[in-house]
Amino acid sequence: MLFSTGGSGVSIELDHIHHQYGGAVAVESVSLDIQAGELVALLGPSGCGKTTLLRVVAGLTRQTGGSVLIGGEKVDALPTNERGAGIVFQNYALFPHMTVAANVAYGLRARRINAAAARDTAAQMLDLVQMARYASRFPRELSGGQQQRVALARTLAVKPKVLLLDEPFAALDKNLRLDMQIEIKRIQRELGITTVLVTHDQEEAMSMADRIAVMNAGRVEQFDTPEAIYDRPSSLFVANFIGTANLVAGQLLRDGSGYAVDSRDGGRLSIGSAAPCSRVGAVVLATRPEHLAMGTPGDDALSAKVEMVLPLGPSLVYELRLASGDAVKVTQPRTVGSTRYVAGEVVGLRLRPGSPTSVFAA
Amino acid sequence: MSAASNSRLAAPLALGAPLALFFVAFVLAPLLLLAFVSFHNDTDLRDAGVGQYLKFLSDGFNLAVLGNTMWLGLRATLLALVLGFPLALLYSQTPRRWQGALLLVVLLPLLTSSVVRTFAWVVILGRQGIVNSALLELGWIAEPLKLLYTPGAVVVALAQIELPLMVLPLITALANLDGNLTQASRALGAGYWRTFWQITLPLSVPGLLAGGLLVFAASVSAFVTQALVGGGQQVYMPSFMYQQAIEAGNYPFAAAIAMLLLVSVMAVVCLVNTFGRRSKGFVHV
Repeated sequence: MLFSTGGSGVSIELDHIHHQYGGAVAVESVSLDIQAGELVALLGPSGCGKTTLLRVVAGLTRQTGGSVLIGGEKVDALPTNERGAGIVFQNYALFPHMTVAANVAYGLRARRINAAAARDTAAQMLDLVQMARYASRFPRELSGGQQQRVALARTLAVKPKVLLLDEPFAALDKNLRLDMQIEIKRIQRELGITTVLVTHDQEEAMSMADRIAVMNAGRVEQFDTPEAIYDRPSSLFVANFIGTANLVAGQLLRDGSGYAVDSRDGGRLSIGSAAPCSRVGAVVLATRPEHLAMGTPGDDALSAKVEMVLPLGPSLVYELRLASGDAVKVTQPRTVGSTRYVAGEVVGLRLRPGSPTSVFAA
Repeated sequence: MSAASNSRLAAPLALGAPLALFFVAFVLAPLLLLAFVSFHNDTDLRDAGVGQYLKFLSDGFNLAVLGNTMWLGLRATLLALVLGFPLALLYSQTPRRWQGALLLVVLLPLLTSSVVRTFAWVVILGRQGIVNSALLELGWIAEPLKLLYTPGAVVVALAQIELPLMVLPLITALANLDGNLTQASRALGAGYWRTFWQITLPLSVPGLLAGGLLVFAASVSAFVTQALVGGGQQVYMPSFMYQQAIEAGNYPFAAAIAMLLLVSVMAVVCLVNTFGRRSKGFVHV
């Protein structure tokens, strides 16, 4: 079933949003352009300001500085109930004294839509989230996943211009979480509604979002597609926060047409290009475990000693230590014929051809 | 019951024993004594029977006193509710560092004797009281208004004196209310008042009923306030009881009045509890 939401395809623009609670800065000069119909995840550790930013968009928190534009219009002066932003709370915030149907119809009744029409729309919305059978139940009689579906239906029923999700999957167990992520992604696609998702779970952000804004200490560190953020993190924080990163301290050198990183006394690693930092000098090199290959030691490789081997089904994870003391993880697919190394062996680490790396000024 | 669970229960029972003994000696025993006395037709307690109850229930004057008392309690409760709910809301929306000060203001009446509080009302409402003096001074009235010794004065005084009993349970109820619920309501397009009527109020019903019962029970039995602010013309159950027992020496009749007041209050409590359990403010569509 396809619904047309009143304001599907509306952009959100955050223009130098600044917010502080008392003296503590929660959000510092954040600017984001979120395109119509896009699903953007605000990802970061707790206390990074992502929830504050979401509440600012919803109008639940009035920012200290900067503006929010929804559909190109400034909404800073508008109260929450006039912004057209639908929000699903982490604990769903279903009204415990109302049935599922009354919960979903609530926003419609608040908009002075007559009872019969509100009931019809509520029923349609419950269909959309596959909860029609539970219309006359009370929230406390539902499981977490069911409550979330109802919360989503309640929010979508008023045809919000933008959908805001605050840690929507945090309270669900792992299996259900994946189901609901797929479900919400499906509904979001179907409605083409611009969505902002707040999460601290990188897998959730990676799997759901068109673009991710990685936040740290009130600032957006990087705003890009999941692939770009994984392959080309723009800061050490992002490299560390997303996925597993091997950090190797060393000196950046020019090496023919490309670059190399010389570890203090553990050999060197040739890399094609140096970004975001390409200034020769002390750097930290970040690589992904699956982008490194193990082989014979040599002058063109980082010398490392195997400390531990963890067989994880389809792949092997090696825990190695460089002569400089830095720990490095390498994942190796368990294909037929691949060499298996044992603890204590000294190997040479080289970059797999074409693999991205990141270089940060130390 | 097994020995293990017996020993596990022994300590809590021992801890509860002093209070239980106190309760039996000074609440249950007097109450039973009161009931025993009330079931006698004569003051010498020789002729057992339900004569006192028949006498009370067959006389229009007596029934009017009971009715007036219940009506007084109801009005005081409603006024306390109307005054107390905004106060509790104010408290719940006050920044944490000011809540302590506000709570002290709310509790202050409880920390002063009800006799003192009642006399304050006598001073405020008397012929030469603050209200009349002010109105005369302003030239809004030519003669002092009769404020003291009216049923209205008793209602106002009781509502003020018992206000903390209403506000405290309401504060608890509002504190238990998930702040996200009101925000969700706002985000769904509801204005302040709709949110109040549909979310905040229904979900504070438990606190509202608890506070209401406390104020009601305290108001109908508030002998001092009823007598001092109400004066001689207003007869309520407590002063009626006092009259019969102390002035007329008719202890069995006074005991019957006490039992009837007790039963009436308990009936109201049961009624409200049943209503509260059934409704709990649930909304169906």
